[in-house]
Amino acid sequence: MTRVIMSVGVTFVLVALARAQAPPQRFGIGTPAPRETIAALDIDVRPDGTGLPPGSGTTREGGDIYARRCAACHGANGEGGSAEALVGAEPRTTAPFGPDYEHWRGDRPDVPFTIGNYWPYATTIFDYVRRAMPANAPGTLTANETYSLVAWLLSKNGIIADSALVDAETLPRVVMPARARFAPDNRAGGRDVR
Amino acid sequence: MPKPENLTRRALLTRGLGAAAVTLNARGVFGQDAPPADTTSRAGRGPSALGGRSPAEQPKRLPSPTSSRTPLQDLHGTITPADLHYERHHAGVPVVDPRSYRLLVHGMVDRPLTFTLDDLKRFPATTRTCFLECSGNFVPQGEQTTPQQLCGLTSQSEWTGVMLSTVFREAGVRPQATWFLAEGQDAAVLSRSIPIAKAMDDAMLVYAQNGEALRPEQGYPVRLLLPGWEGNASVKWLRRLDLADQPFMTREETSKYTDPLADGTARQFSFVMDARSIITSPAYPNTIDKGWTEIRGIAWSGRGLIRRVEVSTDSGKTWKEAVLQQPVLPKAHTRFRFLWQWDGRPTQILSRAIDETGYTQPEWPALSRARGRRTRYHLNPVTGWTVAADGTVRFGIERVRA
Repeated sequence: MTRVIMSVGVTFVLVALARAQAPPQRFGIGTPAPRETIAALDIDVRPDGTGLPPGSGTTREGGDIYARRCAACHGANGEGGSAEALVGAEPRTTAPFGPDYEHWRGDRPDVPFTIGNYWPYATTIFDYVRRAMPANAPGTLTANETYSLVAWLLSKNGIIADSALVDAETLPRVVMPARARFAPDNRAGGRDVR
Repeated sequence: MPKPENLTRRALLTRGLGAAAVTLNARGVFGQDAPPADTTSRAGRGPSALGGRSPAEQPKRLPSPTSSRTPLQDLHGTITPADLHYERHHAGVPVVDPRSYRLLVHGMVDRPLTFTLDDLKRFPATTRTCFLECSGNFVPQGEQTTPQQLCGLTSQSEWTGVMLSTVFREAGVRPQATWFLAEGQDAAVLSRSIPIAKAMDDAMLVYAQNGEALRPEQGYPVRLLLPGWEGNASVKWLRRLDLADQPFMTREETSKYTDPLADGTARQFSFVMDARSIITSPAYPNTIDKGWTEIRGIAWSGRGLIRRVEVSTDSGKTWKEAVLQQPVLPKAHTRFRFLWQWDGRPTQILSRAIDETGYTQPEWPALSRARGRRTRYHLNPVTGWTVAADGTVRFGIERVRA
């Protein structure tokens, strides 16, 4: 009798298992993406320069493009417009926050966070301008125009020389003033307030 | 509880306990189309294709040029109606045709793939309730600050979609891949770098919100959902996932959404939302009466479960445990309630959240010491509401000033 009950129980378990289908490693869903599809969408630029297109730009050309495409919102010289300030090399000796900054600032008003004093990677400027600017016509700048704008922004912030040529070779080598300030998240819950 | 007839209209409109029993002057709420007082003498409207709110209920988001805030003070449970979910976008809400929608997964994968919306719906589905919160969700504006103005950039939905790990397995993640770029198809082509570990933990690609398709403002037709993490990283209108062995250092994880700290370092990839709570009733601009009031609010933690919410009704001198509405879900808004008999003397009411890691929502001085003067994100201080002798309730701005 016991044996009969046990075997009925085992049968039930087997039926239950057979109904719950284990998921496969792959479902065979999705379509292989051709190289051209990827290339058309893959616009990201990384700190090591991966993704930067052929072409180049100069500060002089960048100044002309800036005046036509950017100045209306960001101000004639990269500050004082309705959109955020792009130029601001002060404080040259430190970042716009922390103990050294508070000492440097004294009773003066705060300086804004800018490309010159806060952005840690020069490649980010190219990546962002190409994907999102100008705000009234994003995606319309050519590679050369974008390189030139990056050159103008970096030189206005006192980071590269006016005469510098910006391209896929030189841009990843630009060292931004605030680069060493950035550190990964050190919060982990628990008792500490960080 | 006293009968509604015994209460003044002002008290009914403003006091917490009376909220459920409000019987408003019909003409005031319904305007010229005031219905007859007797609803029993004539049949009402028949069935309709689409429901709507009572004209007496008008909860609204509070829009600015770049965001809109959830009316936390008007909500009772933990689910935010989809049309009241907060918005934050960087170049407007794109109109995406679901028929031509494609998601590209490429980079360090064995098989680069594109998925249609139907493809994503064919995968095994998962439903999960969790909050979203913008990391800039703290805007104190003086004594006349409402819960919506102070921290309306958080909302909660029941989300449905496919686990991102399932989609990544389909493409075959290469061992060296440690990060992926998530990119939207809005005019900002907004992009963030996310550790692969989050994809393998609890990240989802969601196409439904509170049982129906996503709202356009929440990323229709598909968004990334990273439970417990700052909202900006849950990229909407998702078009591309690029797997790599390094973060991409996009603008939104370098010049924005980083935390310049008091010690001179800038914290980067500060994804997790620390535990927080807010009393949503009574709050500005309510007025309360002497006697019983139920203090109500929400608490949440990006690290998991809310373990406890403590309430003070004596300006922070003593704290008592509030009741948590069950079930308490991880990384989810948790409703708390605390019965209070107000004696009519001026005081301040406060709440603080404690999560499963033992983290206690900090007071402003401790938070300010750690973060410094120029930090803008991840501000979650204990906040309070000041109750005056006449029963008026105002935001306790002095608690969160430097």
